[in-house]
Amino acid sequence: MNNSSPKTMYEKLWQNHLVEEAKGETPLLYVDRHLIHEVTSPQAFANLRFHNRPVRHPERTIATMDHNISTRSIKIDAAGEGAANQLRALAINCKDFGIELFDMGHKNQGIAHVIGPELGLTLPGTIIVCGDSHTATHGAFGALAFGIGTSEVEHVFATQTLRQNKAKTMKIEVKGNVGAGISAKDIILAIIGKTGSAGATGYVVEYCGEAVEALSMEERMTVCNMSIEFGAKAGLIAPDQTTFDYIEGKEYSPKGDVFAQAVADWKNLKSDTDAVFDAVITLEAKDIKAQVTWGTNPGQVISVDGIVPSPEDFSDPVEKDSCINALKYMDLTAGTKMTDIQVNKVFIGSCTNSRIEDLRAAAGVVQKYEGQKVVANVDAIIVPGSYRVKEQAESEGLDKIFIDAGFEWRLPGCSMCLGMNDDVLEEGDRCASTSNRNFEGRQGRGSRTHLVSPEMAAAAAITGHFVDLNA
Amino acid sequence: MEKFNTHTGLVVPLDVANVDTDQIIPKQFLQKTERVGFGVHLFHDSRYLDHAGTQINPDFVINKSEYKEASILLAGENFGCGSSREHAPWALQEYGFKVIIASSFADIFYGNCINVGLLPIKLSEAEVEQLFKLAPDAQLTLTVDLPNNVVTCGELSFKFSLSEFQQYSLENGVDSVGWTLDKLDTIKAFEEKMPAWQ
Ligand code: SF4
Repeated sequence: MNNSSPKTMYEKLWQNHLVEEAKGETPLLYVDRHLIHEVTSPQAFANLRFHNRPVRHPERTIATMDHNISTRSIKIDAAGEGAANQLRALAINCKDFGIELFDMGHKNQGIAHVIGPELGLTLPGTIIVCGDSHTATHGAFGALAFGIGTSEVEHVFATQTLRQNKAKTMKIEVKGNVGAGISAKDIILAIIGKTGSAGATGYVVEYCGEAVEALSMEERMTVCNMSIEFGAKAGLIAPDQTTFDYIEGKEYSPKGDVFAQAVADWKNLKSDTDAVFDAVITLEAKDIKAQVTWGTNPGQVISVDGIVPSPEDFSDPVEKDSCINALKYMDLTAGTKMTDIQVNKVFIGSCTNSRIEDLRAAAGVVQKYEGQKVVANVDAIIVPGSYRVKEQAESEGLDKIFIDAGFEWRLPGCSMCLGMNDDVLEEGDRCASTSNRNFEGRQGRGSRTHLVSPEMAAAAAITGHFVDLNA
Repeated sequence: MEKFNTHTGLVVPLDVANVDTDQIIPKQFLQKTERVGFGVHLFHDSRYLDHAGTQINPDFVINKSEYKEASILLAGENFGCGSSREHAPWALQEYGFKVIIASSFADIFYGNCINVGLLPIKLSEAEVEQLFKLAPDAQLTLTVDLPNNVVTCGELSFKFSLSEFQQYSLENGVDSVGWTLDKLDTIKAFEEKMPAWQ
């Protein structure tokens, strides 16, 4: 491609980070920011030690404790010995290799994809990686951000670069404006429902259109977060004034003249008008309704005013089979109204929906039910994404609203999103969850997950079932 | 990383689409700081009837005695989707798999396989379907020839491809970190040109 031809944002990010494209080798890209946590880093550090290699740019790496930690106590061993081992190993590794760590109870601690943005570590025009597939979250800022494996974590440690083959590009345009009460979670679930859970494998996706531009940074993060759930390598949203305003003044963001120069550069990142994408998908925002998943992958999703589908609804044999298996695992009968499905657990949290706006939205729904409490047979927990979110929520009195209504107000962490700590579902539990994966066993062996927005999760806690809040 | 040249082995068919990495290795087994000890937990929830993993599920294909020696996994589309955990290829490898064949793989999983020396082979949907038909009774044995990019079984042969560097890395067991460290000067030159905010 010559330099003057129109480019997509992905191509610009790629070009700006291309260290070398040697013949016969996978292109080498520069990595600006590396986020690490306790679960996917220990073996990478072990290999560095084995080869006697340093971390090349410890200042470009930030560590947090999130996956494994207890949400009831800040004690390092509160979630068991296995977890404590990994957490201690992270602390030792960070100390030995000179990496800044937000450890248990630190004011900046939280889920990697929540703290990166809120601390100003996540910047447009950068490449951000983390040994976690929801790294795509940071694409909300116009950063090329994606999850990597432990061998790649080691490669980034040692070289501050990564080898990546170029992905194809997909544009997803959401035209017009969403109706009242429709959240960012509903938008992304509707997109995945349309593409299927592998619809963007091999692509980097750019979200655009009026409905996307209208989103706040928190909402954009919810959208980009779930890019991996339809197979995309990364998700991007062009940075604009909303983005710059969010970043300005954050703890780690550039200041003064450097910030001004950065904004000037960031304004050039957006895809050129005539840029050509390998695939284009369009949705009408006004058609998007509140979404609830019924199956065992995020593509198995339907509007809350719909019914559980039947295998007969699918012509593709693989999808038909998946539907049969999913209905069996989820213990659902085709034709059941989504609003008739009863839950006994509610989880509001995860890097998809644990930011301050998510908690405000959930609290708003709780308040609408004036004085009603979480129904007797439901356990509902709220897990803020970070200590900063927790503190902000408490300063606004949101914790009181939740606690008064019978929710448990927990300490930050990944928690029941993956259940590596003791926040796990029991066999047969049915959970309304604001997380991002409804895979078999994800939240606990034999447990059933329905992915929803924070608003829907709050309503399900109070009523015991899914509710069409906009009816 | 071990070098990969050719491999002949028994195929076990796992005819399920969208097998995610949570199924390949559930989260409760990720609390290790070493690279070993994952093989026994491979496909835990399907392989064992109980949570503790003491009762073998006789219906799960990998547990069947005729597939005990299998070293090639024939899988459904979008294999390895979900979490980026490299523990998934580690578990598959430690169990004894050398090759995974599917019509499509999730991107991160595919890259992780290459990085650990487990060969992911993409064949067309029709070819994979043909293999699934042969695998159950025939005790299908395949020969995978990486240098020539071909999978053979008697008269049948299927071509596959990898990117040039991935092929080279697998065949030669390249230490990818060492390879890149040899280019430190190029990386440093790149860093010098970066804007102040980056
Ligand atoms: S909240 Fe869930 S998806 Fe997000 S980083 Fe933690 S475990 Fe991964």
